[in-house]
Amino acid sequence: MASSPDHITCQELVEQVTEYLDGALSVEETELLEQHVNFCEGCDWYLDEMRRTIATGNRLREVHVPDKVLQPLLTAFRERRQS
Amino acid sequence: MSQVESQTSKVSPVEEDQLSGAVVAEESDLLARLRAGDERAFEALVETHHGTMIAVARTYVRTRAVAEEVAQEAWLGVVKGIDRFEGRSSLRTWILRILVNTAMGRGGREARSVPFSSLGNEQDEPAVEADRFRPPGAAFAGHWNAYPGDWSSLPEEALLGRETLDVAKQRIEELPDAQRAVITMRDIAGCSADEVCEVLDISAVNQRVLLHRARSKVRAGLERHLDG
Repeated sequence: MASSPDHITCQELVEQVTEYLDGALSVEETELLEQHVNFCEGCDWYLDEMRRTIATGNRLREVHVPDKVLQPLLTAFRERRQS
Repeated sequence: MSQVESQTSKVSPVEEDQLSGAVVAEESDLLARLRAGDERAFEALVETHHGTMIAVARTYVRTRAVAEEVAQEAWLGVVKGIDRFEGRSSLRTWILRILVNTAMGRGGREARSVPFSSLGNEQDEPAVEADRFRPPGAAFAGHWNAYPGDWSSLPEEALLGRETLDVAKQRIEELPDAQRAVITMRDIAGCSADEVCEVLDISAVNQRVLLHRARSKVRAGLERHLDG
């Protein structure tokens, strides 16, 4: 990436967000990103949007498994002990 | 499962760390219940993992219907193998590995040749469309033209309401299979990056590229819904 070593652009920042949130950026890269976010409202909001997007995913955990799937599995589970 | 056993296993330091303490206790309790034939424990296990299993299976087979069959077959493998599970990885990783092996065992026209081969295009997809930023040569090149929305100012129900969750679900459904599998494992099931790499047998870099593309698209979909 063609960024000067002392700052990153917003366009560069949005590509580093996933690595940042996973703690996979180097110390220097992390500092540059956080410095940028401190001064850039747009990127601060973007980072917040990504965090909220992840939180939305957390709420999609499906717990309902249809009976036609579950019942044969429960039968197999029951029979396991007899075999 | 014992601490000693997990130290001699192949799991990564991160997973080992996650398997420590309360999690180990909880998992060995669950395992004991499963081995004792507790049907409610088994039902809860199926409900926890079935959706993730289908998402992962879809990266290996051609249709959702076959993916559902694969998940069903993998559960039967779990039932058969539960007494032999040694706790060398988390129960979830073990279940998902059985799933992947089941999916890969499907030969012929149902199987895909190389599920994770084509990362080429995905490397080039921007997280945010280029026209949202000031063009090269302009003052403040690469900085926002139009800011993203401030979601923290939205009422709670706008973001967590059924309609918004449906948009997110739909966007995930529309993703390429590999991206869907990774975002489902990470953000819906709550797997670690290492767990995804181990289950799907992909590199850390590929895992992150797939997750990044997937999350960026879901965010964009939510943005159109919330700000549009």
